[in-house]
Amino acid sequence: MGSISFRNVDKVFGHGTGGVKALDDINLDIADKEFVAIVGPSGCGKTTCLRMVAGFEAASAGSVLVNGRPVTAPGPDRAVVFQQFALFPWKTVRENIELGLRNKNLPVGERNDLVASALKLMNLETHVDAFPHQLSGGMQQRVAIARAYVLDPEVLLMDEPFGALDAQTRVVMQEELVRLARHNPRTVLFITHAVEEAVYLADRVAIMTRRPGRIKEVLDIKAVRERENWDSHARIEDVMDLESFVHLRTHIWKSLREEKGFKDV
Amino acid sequence: MTSPPLGFRETVLLGLAGLVSFIGLWSFLSVSGIVPAQFLPGPLDVASRFVHLLTAPFAGATLPAHLASSFQRYAYGVLLAAAIGVPLGLLMGFFRLLDDIVTPIFDGLRFIAPIAWVPFAALWFGTGVGGPIMIIFAGAFPPCLINAYRGARFVEPRLIEAARMLGTPSSRMILEVLLPAAVPSIIAGLRVSAGLGWQSLVGAELIVAAAGVGFMMVQAQGSVQTPTVMAGMIAIGLVGMLIDVLLRQGEGWLRRRRGLDS
Repeated sequence: MGSISFRNVDKVFGHGTGGVKALDDINLDIADKEFVAIVGPSGCGKTTCLRMVAGFEAASAGSVLVNGRPVTAPGPDRAVVFQQFALFPWKTVRENIELGLRNKNLPVGERNDLVASALKLMNLETHVDAFPHQLSGGMQQRVAIARAYVLDPEVLLMDEPFGALDAQTRVVMQEELVRLARHNPRTVLFITHAVEEAVYLADRVAIMTRRPGRIKEVLDIKAVRERENWDSHARIEDVMDLESFVHLRTHIWKSLREEKGFKDV
Repeated sequence: MTSPPLGFRETVLLGLAGLVSFIGLWSFLSVSGIVPAQFLPGPLDVASRFVHLLTAPFAGATLPAHLASSFQRYAYGVLLAAAIGVPLGLLMGFFRLLDDIVTPIFDGLRFIAPIAWVPFAALWFGTGVGGPIMIIFAGAFPPCLINAYRGARFVEPRLIEAARMLGTPSSRMILEVLLPAAVPSIIAGLRVSAGLGWQSLVGAELIVAAAGVGFMMVQAQGSVQTPTVMAGMIAIGLVGMLIDVLLRQGEGWLRRRRGLDS
């Protein structure tokens, strides 16, 4: 079970007259096992939304709820995948994945089973004893995703997780994430500035305005995806060729272009 | 603007040239009589005294024996500084409250030269084992603390966030996140501490009444045996260099192992 709610959330950075309003009256409900992507221009506060759910930032006004309870501090029920991976360089792949389980005081046997299945899930079995700096960016992000999945979190928070990867690796990771999300759906809040990625991955896409960020529009992708049977195509490029996909993508592009701060990437 | 780097051969040759000129100037000053021999003993006198002291006792022990007793004292002082400075620095890097309490006191104390502690070190800890160790400690402690503190305080914030998101308790955060993240900084601090501790040695041994290179030099000074004083200085310089080279090697090995250099 894992739902996320933003209720009239404002975020101001700094104090008094020097304060900058980053978020303005954010309202968004993410249902259990729903995959929602937030897209928006650079600096619109989309990452701040995720950081408030993670418990890294507090809302200046309004409330951020997970399963109906206000978020107070970070915790393993809300696993985060960071853009820059944030793996512990002095820990091996196994040790990185295992840390959260050790913090939960699980017995060794159970930990080993869970780590083994997470390694298998992300195709990391042959790199168990490698250190992060010995792995490519794509492999490092697999470790970070495995580290998050192994916790069996109520919600999964992904902050531009593929933003630091090269184009080919990104496509592979997107396809794998779709595979994971469709076979074992869980609540995901996914931040990205890549429109196609958002449409391809998410059940719904929320579009934000430039700063101070507001939710401008929320699109139901899942309804179109199921109606047009996107999942019958294994490859991302085939999905992206579909007329229904192009239509949604163009709609979001136009919406973002109206925001002055938006730059084509 | 820096010049292009020189090859290994050139570097060695330049170093040798510097050393030879230095000894040449020294010889000239003492042999020519410009500086009286009892003020500046010549390099040959010092070298032969150095060799002599390797086997012949002076002030109760040979030079190696004096060095050994100095080194033991020094090791205690530096290890004590590391044993207190590193954990305290890490804790200050993690707990803001402790940082706010300790930093103002420490910032004042650290500018007091180790030798200034001599009277109180003798008074509080005696002239046997404790006093000299405290002076070496006073020299070695600040870099241990400062570097552990900086290492812990300026860990990449994402790593702290990742650890908190994984539910990591404070004790484990310190031992498994802050400590390893601070290791390069701590090692650099230990290297500086080792140097400063060794520099504090002579001051520490001013109040020692048994053995040690500093003690030997003080005794020699009393009987105006300047070659012996200078042999002691050279011994201190050489051992200091050796300590630094070994610690640099250790630091490089650690960095390579962590993939920081490649």
